[in-house]
Amino acid sequence: MSPGDDPAPYSGTDMWHLRLYVAGQSPKSLRAFANLKRLCEVHLAGHYEIEIVDLIENPSQARDDDILAIPTLVRRLPAPLRKVIGDLSDTENALIGLRLQQGSAT
Amino acid sequence: MSTTEDVRGIADPTSEGPGAPGLPKASTGIDGLDAVTGGGLPRSRCTLVCGPAGCGKTLLAVEFIVRGATLYDEPGVFVAFEESREDLIANVASLGFDLGELEASGQVVIDHVEVDGRTIEETGDWDLEGLFLRLGAAIDEVGAKRVVIDTIETLFGAFTNTAILRSELRRLFAWLKDRGVTAIITGERGEGTLTRHGIEEYVSDCVIVLDHRVSEQTSTRRLRVLKYRGSLHETNEYPFLIGSSGVSVLPITSMGLGHHVSSERVSTGVPRLDAMLGDGGFYKGSTVLVSGTAGTGKSTLAAQICASACERGERATYFAFEESEPEMVRNMASVGIDLKPWIDAGLLRVQCSRPKVFGLEAHLFAMQTLVGEHDPSVVVLDPVSDLLDDGNGDEVASLLTRQVDFLKAKGITAVLTSLSSESEAQGASQIASLVDVWLLVKSEEGNGEHNRVLYVRKSRGLANSNQIREFLLTDHGIELADVYVGPQGVLTGSARQAREATERSEGLARLEDLEQRQASLERRRESVEAQTAALWREFDVEASVVDRLLTHASTGSEEREGQRAEQGRLRRADSNGDDDT
Repeated sequence: MSPGDDPAPYSGTDMWHLRLYVAGQSPKSLRAFANLKRLCEVHLAGHYEIEIVDLIENPSQARDDDILAIPTLVRRLPAPLRKVIGDLSDTENALIGLRLQQGSAT
Repeated sequence: MSTTEDVRGIADPTSEGPGAPGLPKASTGIDGLDAVTGGGLPRSRCTLVCGPAGCGKTLLAVEFIVRGATLYDEPGVFVAFEESREDLIANVASLGFDLGELEASGQVVIDHVEVDGRTIEETGDWDLEGLFLRLGAAIDEVGAKRVVIDTIETLFGAFTNTAILRSELRRLFAWLKDRGVTAIITGERGEGTLTRHGIEEYVSDCVIVLDHRVSEQTSTRRLRVLKYRGSLHETNEYPFLIGSSGVSVLPITSMGLGHHVSSERVSTGVPRLDAMLGDGGFYKGSTVLVSGTAGTGKSTLAAQICASACERGERATYFAFEESEPEMVRNMASVGIDLKPWIDAGLLRVQCSRPKVFGLEAHLFAMQTLVGEHDPSVVVLDPVSDLLDDGNGDEVASLLTRQVDFLKAKGITAVLTSLSSESEAQGASQIASLVDVWLLVKSEEGNGEHNRVLYVRKSRGLANSNQIREFLLTDHGIELADVYVGPQGVLTGSARQAREATERSEGLARLEDLEQRQASLERRRESVEAQTAALWREFDVEASVVDRLLTHASTGSEEREGQRAEQGRLRRADSNGDDDT
């Protein structure tokens, strides 16, 4: 039903560097991580790297990286930088946000 | 953190009932704002400052942070959603605020939150914990007591899920309160609401509304405390200015009427006018209105008052709205009032500006600044009617009231001149109740000429003369002359001179008459003397005849007997006569 569920293997050669900003072990953060992991496995198998930044441990990083919302997923590579906020439960929007899939939002 | 799901309500209203004694307040350090709010913003609470674009919200907020850091040792965090850190620092540098320096010395943190909806995609549930964390980190970094969030409504443009955003904002304001910081939240005015997205719903302790209005092509900024829970506050709208040293709110009522009153007299420099005002002129610190039609010598009188103050070694400030300084000096010199030496000596300052150059409030501010610098004992506003043309009457009346109160509080004698129409002092009537002394200079027409007359229309606490005097501008200053009151009314100018001439000639005629009488008396005396002399001459002639006859008689012997007999008869007659008497 949702296009995000169709396994479409990643065709590019770029290495994706994704950073997920969370605040402690909040349910939203945990949900976001689980959703991200699943999404990457399906769409970016072998081409991704996830970094988790816990802002509770390192609050000044929020300012440095200009983070407001939690959870925030940042596509650091490939350029350009993209931000997706939320627990990534809406996979289609997440894919559109990461530009992994062309959508109406683009 | 598990509290992210938790939406805390806004502050419990029962905890802060109205009239809570000694609601702690944080002084803003902003000129006048503390007076209007009764001591500052509610401490450890959020204050909403809202208004349309360009009304000065950000500057007010910046000043709150800067004053907190510099005056009250309360470090601050400025969260800027709209301007970059560099822009903000540059923008407020013109107000003399060095945010960069304050940041370097660890008193202020500027956090620019860049929100761009185009790069943010929302998928599912989120919260603003990131903002909380970075704000918390910034507060901890400098030990901030003050926080400004400018303008958080920008977030509504970046996030589409406004339900989450609203609950997060509500949580943010509650969180700020918990952190014990005094916060200003700014908001842009919306259609029919205080803020575009209704955040006044969440920030309910204190709401300050800013506004700027253009009337008659001049813009005036205004500030109003809409709401201040648990505290008395002034409810009026106050003009405020953004000057070279920050924001200045100009409260009218905070001045009150509690100024010190002096019974010292100040000479006007016109001795007869001093006499008219009772003993020796105005009271020091009183407000004098000189009103009159065009060309009646109002400015001259004002200049004379300044000059006489300078002669006493006092300082005077002259705000001229019609003449430039050189023009004024020249014009006054032509009537024998030499202002140049006083200007050179720094005793007299002449500030010339057209009323339209600034808005009314800016005028007031400029005047107060200059008065503050120069510290004069006499201030002249010439003429205030120009200001009256500038704005509407109420505004000017309020401006003048503030100015008068300001000067009175400093014990400065204020001289206001006002150009009034031919019929009645209309413009002046708006301010007549403000002034202590009202001198009316009028132009009397008649005999094909017009002459100036002066009288004291009103004079509080002075035993003033009720008489009209002719007001003469001579080449040695102002003189007052008596006017003649006759069956034809008041006589001035040539009519007065004619009357004086008549009186003189009548006097002369009387004198001539007297001289004539004296002369005729003299002539009479001469004639009397002449007649007397003639009589004496006749008498002498007769006497000499008698003498001669007697001599003849004594030499005739035959006549001796007869003479003796005659003598006896005479004696008898004599004795008879003696007996008779």
